[in-house]
Amino acid sequence: MLLKKLITAGALTSLMSSAAFAADCGPSGQSIRILASDFPAIHAVAGTAEENCAAAAAEFSRNHTTEARQIMNAALTPNPAEYTSVIVANSTLTQLMNDGLVRPLNDLIEKYGQNIPDNLKISIDGNVMAIAFMANSQHLFSRTDILSQAGIDSVPGTYDEVVAAAKAIREAGIMEYPIVMNMKTGWNVGESFNLAFLAHGGEFFKPGSAEPSVNSAAGVAALETLKSLVEYAHPDHLTQASNETQGLWEAGEAALGIMWGSRGSPILDDEGSTEEVTSNTVLSAAPSVEPGGVPGATLWWDGFTISTNVSDSEAEATFAALASALTAEMVAANNDDAVWLLDGFKPGPAAAGVSATAQGGAAPYPMLPQIGLMHNALGSELTDFLKGDESAEKALADVEAAYTTAAKEAGFLSN
Amino acid sequence: MKHRTFFWFILPTLSAMILFIALPIVSVFLQSLFVQHEQVLVVSESCGPFGCKESTKVDLEATEKLREEAPMGQYNGLGTYINRSHLAFAEVGNAWGSTTTFGEFWDQVFDLPFYNALIFTLTYTAIVTPLVLVLGLAIAIGVNGLPKLMKGPSIFVSLLPFLVTPLVGSLILFWMVDGDGVIGATIQLIFDDPNLSLKASTALTWTMLIVYGVWHTLPFSFITFYAGLQTVPSDTLEAAQIDGASKWQRTIFVVVPHLMPLVSFVTLMLLMDNFRVFEPIVSFSAEAHARSLSWIIYNDLRESGNPLYGSAGATSMLTIIGVVILLTPVLIRTWRDFNRKAH
Repeated sequence: MLLKKLITAGALTSLMSSAAFAADCGPSGQSIRILASDFPAIHAVAGTAEENCAAAAAEFSRNHTTEARQIMNAALTPNPAEYTSVIVANSTLTQLMNDGLVRPLNDLIEKYGQNIPDNLKISIDGNVMAIAFMANSQHLFSRTDILSQAGIDSVPGTYDEVVAAAKAIREAGIMEYPIVMNMKTGWNVGESFNLAFLAHGGEFFKPGSAEPSVNSAAGVAALETLKSLVEYAHPDHLTQASNETQGLWEAGEAALGIMWGSRGSPILDDEGSTEEVTSNTVLSAAPSVEPGGVPGATLWWDGFTISTNVSDSEAEATFAALASALTAEMVAANNDDAVWLLDGFKPGPAAAGVSATAQGGAAPYPMLPQIGLMHNALGSELTDFLKGDESAEKALADVEAAYTTAAKEAGFLSN
Repeated sequence: MKHRTFFWFILPTLSAMILFIALPIVSVFLQSLFVQHEQVLVVSESCGPFGCKESTKVDLEATEKLREEAPMGQYNGLGTYINRSHLAFAEVGNAWGSTTTFGEFWDQVFDLPFYNALIFTLTYTAIVTPLVLVLGLAIAIGVNGLPKLMKGPSIFVSLLPFLVTPLVGSLILFWMVDGDGVIGATIQLIFDDPNLSLKASTALTWTMLIVYGVWHTLPFSFITFYAGLQTVPSDTLEAAQIDGASKWQRTIFVVVPHLMPLVSFVTLMLLMDNFRVFEPIVSFSAEAHARSLSWIIYNDLRESGNPLYGSAGATSMLTIIGVVILLTPVLIRTWRDFNRKAH
């Protein structure tokens, strides 16, 4: 069975590689300028596009920066825009769309994207605005050796089980703070709230409007869930984001973690940690409220867009180059760098958590124009509750008040 | 000097100041009076790898039309200044009406973002400024009294904290005070409490930021005072010595009065700098416990993916007003000194 799979994959690869060899790069002599985040999977896609089509283009430049989100709107506003393409994620696509800076891709897909499956087309009212190629989400990381030392045989599936397991570990005297979560004040703590909020079935806004609705039973329940978890997290948790939590995990100082799927591969590889940690780390779906319920996670995709303010032939060349990179061959060469949504992906242990979370029916991160303002309000107002200075209701009322003030200024709510 | 000559002398400076200081402030002020246009939202269906979902999006054409009609946005007057993110008149009024004790009232007021940031900013300024003045003078006098051979190296070492970029300096300190870091672990050992964390309590976070602020700005006041000490007239000092003044008395009654103009200058600079405290908060990840006015501006412009220019502008103007209020006593003093000398 396995052999058969391998052979099929191999056949596919050779087929694709011959396709890549004759990659259709669209109009030649164009300038292709890509702005993207800075992590291995993005390098793989943009790098393959460069290999395929740099020869046919007059200019091929890539700017990989963690600040992409901060500069992209300013960089795409002038005509001609600074970049012909930005590689975005759910939340950043809306940021560009709010200002009309990315163009519909339907005609380009007809020409150059015949092999792009429909589920990778991010479409809004039938207009395809981005082509997704990889997925990400938060999920549970567990140390099975420590769990079994504490007398727990299975990986926890619900929040209550996570808390119970943490309690058992603490009572067994193994670790005082077995849980790690990205709770750094700001974006991270807001995102951690989102996870629990969606697991409790919360809705951020009243349907079809920008009126907030986080101060609800689901909101209070989500905060209570967070509080019960951070009880077992290190007292410094309000300063910890992905780099710190990954560090704690690799140092063997945590047994249960809610972290990003994209951290799975760096944690499981043989760098930065011990055999004891890597061989006992298991990635599974994000915890839910009830057994079999909605996993507490937000699903993310990363994909590419094409700028509005560039010439049609530059747009065409950029799209063709990036589309030519989405091959099984590229996936095979970079299999463990991401949870690819493309053909030829062989999910390894590092992808197990994201796959299980997606299959469990987790919700995608909301693609709403005003979600950034809500996320920011959550990030700055919830710490008062987590520090124990405020009730859940008061903290959520503060979130709504802060959001409303910002949304009025940004024009999403009328004055 | 003839007025005409003076005018030509001052013209380059004056035009640079107008161009780079006055005009930007006017622009920030104008922006703070406006808010963005209404974003016309329409219901849409968005599809992706995780299925389709009913959602909303901005109606670009309608919104663009509004923008073209009035590019500055909607005029909001001083509305942004008094909303919840700034002076929060309505919320403070509510708090006043709904609370019975001052403690409760202040609790509610300091929960509001602007006042929360203001109280930290003021505390930081009020503690760091005098400490840096006094310690800087003490170090300068100490170094000045050293034998010649030692002076060079000790000046260099004392200047080091100033040479380190604030962001990097505070990040290094942040790692050192971590429970696994040198300082953090030592403090845990001294207090025999393995769970003691400088980052988890508000009081300790504030202390950490203030200690960092003193450490970082001390070299500035030290080097200024050290330069001033080189100008203290030695005959006055000798005269005081002959009159039987002790070393301490000579410092207080001769050296310090001689340095007073410098003290005013250093105080001015420190007040302005400390009131704009920002980098340590970001590098220490201290946002949960301490936020400053500058941090609010940064947050408005950066974090939401939808920069709130009006809000950031309003906070900037309020910060400028705060700096002016703080500087007034020092400026009045300098003005009086100037007049006394002139007549």
